[in-house]
Amino acid sequence: MKLFIPQDMAAVAVGANRIAAAVEAEARARNMPLTIVRNGSRGLFWLEPLLEVETPAGRIGYGPLTVADVKALFDANIFEGGTHAKCVGPVEAIPFLARQTRFTFARAGIADPASLDDYRALGGYKGLETALSIGPAAIVAAVKDSGLRGRGGAGFPTGIKWETVARTGADRKYIVCNADEGDSGTFADRLIMEADPFMLIEGMTIAGIGVGATQGYIYLRSEYPFAIAMMNRAIALARRAGLLGAAINGSAHAFDIDVRVGAGAYVCGEETSLLESLEGKRGQVRAKPPLPAIKGLFGRPTIINNTITLASVPFILAEGAQRYAELGYGRSRGTMPVQIAGNVRHGGLFECAFGVTLGELVDDIAGGTASGRPVRAVQAGGPLGAYFPPSLFDTPYDYEAFAKRDGLIGHGGLVLFDDTADMARMARFAMEFCAHESCGKCTPCRIGAVRGVETFDKIAAGIEPEKNLALVRDLCETMKLGSLCALGGFTPYPVLSALNHFPQDFTASPLPLAAE
Amino acid sequence: MMAKQHSVWNPADARAIIAAELHREGAMLPILHALQAAFGYIPRDAEPLVAEALNLSRAEVHGVISFYHDFRREPAGRHVLKLCRAEACQSMGSEVTARRLLDLLGLDWGETSPDGRITIEPVYCLGLCATAPSALFDDEPIGRADQQMLETLVAEAA
Repeated sequence: MKLFIPQDMAAVAVGANRIAAAVEAEARARNMPLTIVRNGSRGLFWLEPLLEVETPAGRIGYGPLTVADVKALFDANIFEGGTHAKCVGPVEAIPFLARQTRFTFARAGIADPASLDDYRALGGYKGLETALSIGPAAIVAAVKDSGLRGRGGAGFPTGIKWETVARTGADRKYIVCNADEGDSGTFADRLIMEADPFMLIEGMTIAGIGVGATQGYIYLRSEYPFAIAMMNRAIALARRAGLLGAAINGSAHAFDIDVRVGAGAYVCGEETSLLESLEGKRGQVRAKPPLPAIKGLFGRPTIINNTITLASVPFILAEGAQRYAELGYGRSRGTMPVQIAGNVRHGGLFECAFGVTLGELVDDIAGGTASGRPVRAVQAGGPLGAYFPPSLFDTPYDYEAFAKRDGLIGHGGLVLFDDTADMARMARFAMEFCAHESCGKCTPCRIGAVRGVETFDKIAAGIEPEKNLALVRDLCETMKLGSLCALGGFTPYPVLSALNHFPQDFTASPLPLAAE
Repeated sequence: MMAKQHSVWNPADARAIIAAELHREGAMLPILHALQAAFGYIPRDAEPLVAEALNLSRAEVHGVISFYHDFRREPAGRHVLKLCRAEACQSMGSEVTARRLLDLLGLDWGETSPDGRITIEPVYCLGLCATAPSALFDDEPIGRADQQMLETLVAEAA
């Protein structure tokens, strides 16, 4: 009998380890032979901790479980067709999962993430095989043809970046994976690294072969201890199997990867700041040009891509660029793992083709708020993304469509807020966060964010509100146009969207925080 | 839950820790993480040792340490509770919960209880945003962290 209980950080945070221990103890007490596989999460987080039982009819899920449920599951004899109130049926038939198009997350939650055999059995390393047979130029062409754009937030065409690095001559080139996933409401990078780490290794290896780079770094945030442990483990296994090192899969290509742990600076998610940090410096933003593709890490040509971007590459190579490009909307090709979070009923990762509307994602797929109250706002794209009111829920999920409505899809996060949310407080928080995380290099961000907080405090205190609101708008204009990077440059998105869509929140004094 | 054990600061151990990371490209952050893992914080006395090993000025090392939120300049309490303050957790009432807990302990963000038992720190996103509010108690992640759960945790921390 085979059971699956995720080892994912979010599943563990809600008790997966306690469930696993209780299942083991119960099985021992009843003298039942059980195999417990600690899989990755499927990304259906409202059901965690989710236990799956392998049956002839597929994997049947039970969740969200408490330790108290475990004995009852055994009493109900769920292993031989018994029923229990926490049964959610065949996991792959759960609408939230069944409605997805899982290209990049096809393997998430299915097997033990640290098993190279499982990875291969589920189609892993087919992309590398293709890559080795078609050679560098065709690899770059495939990525270009797929239409893949950077999933970190900027949406820059990945193939163009790769082409630039491939064409730039140097004694040494680097592949840097930006796994500094700091946006609130996002966890796709974490899920890739915890549930399917070899996919990222494979994607980076293909990138290395494609552009002639021999060393890769994964810059991984310290807030993700489970992902750090899993990546290190997977890298060691890949090395032992000859899939990293001096001769990739016996070929003439050398490539290796090292995990580097961040140190709690949000701004290091910005690519040039990340490179500075990797070099051992303060994570201060560099002025561009030169582009990292030409002068990146240690002054060498560097591909710096987001985790999802690199993890999308094995599929593109294995299944063909056309298969990826045929899905999508406008210039946004392929799939996007949308991460639905916050005050949400069915929160988790939803990978789908671009073009679905924001309203479908929020109301239909996520089922609205956890509190059951009406949705008041959705912040799309992390702390630097705009707050969308329900009146804009017809916006298609697409880079350009969001930009047209003064927002961004960013790294794919959606954070739901119910009607108790105070948008003036959220606007102030955007400035506060920017002040807290500013690298300090450019003045609009360093000083502007502090002035923004002070001005919001004046507005809340009823001091010349109209004059100060005009001042905030003026300040946003300066930050937007005058900042070196997206931290200062995009902080106006949440601020202005809150001001434009929820003006009533900025007139009266907000309620004290302790109020129920 | 067991409190973490750290070594008492001593330059000999620090030199060995630094030497073990020196072969890396851009060894600064790995060195600082290793020092903090060993001693629980990065004492000022460590700065000249790191500077010498990396052929940098002490000011440059100081500049790096002070830039990153993770690096501590003094020891934390025996337990560290990090509470997420980012938007997804805020949407589930994390700010109210955090304020109450801080008031209960008579602490502000970043402070340690006078008995050295616990330090409360902010964190901006643990990536557990669909099971908010989130927290990290030493190495243990906590999701759906309600008031009662956190109060029990703090009360039981020895």
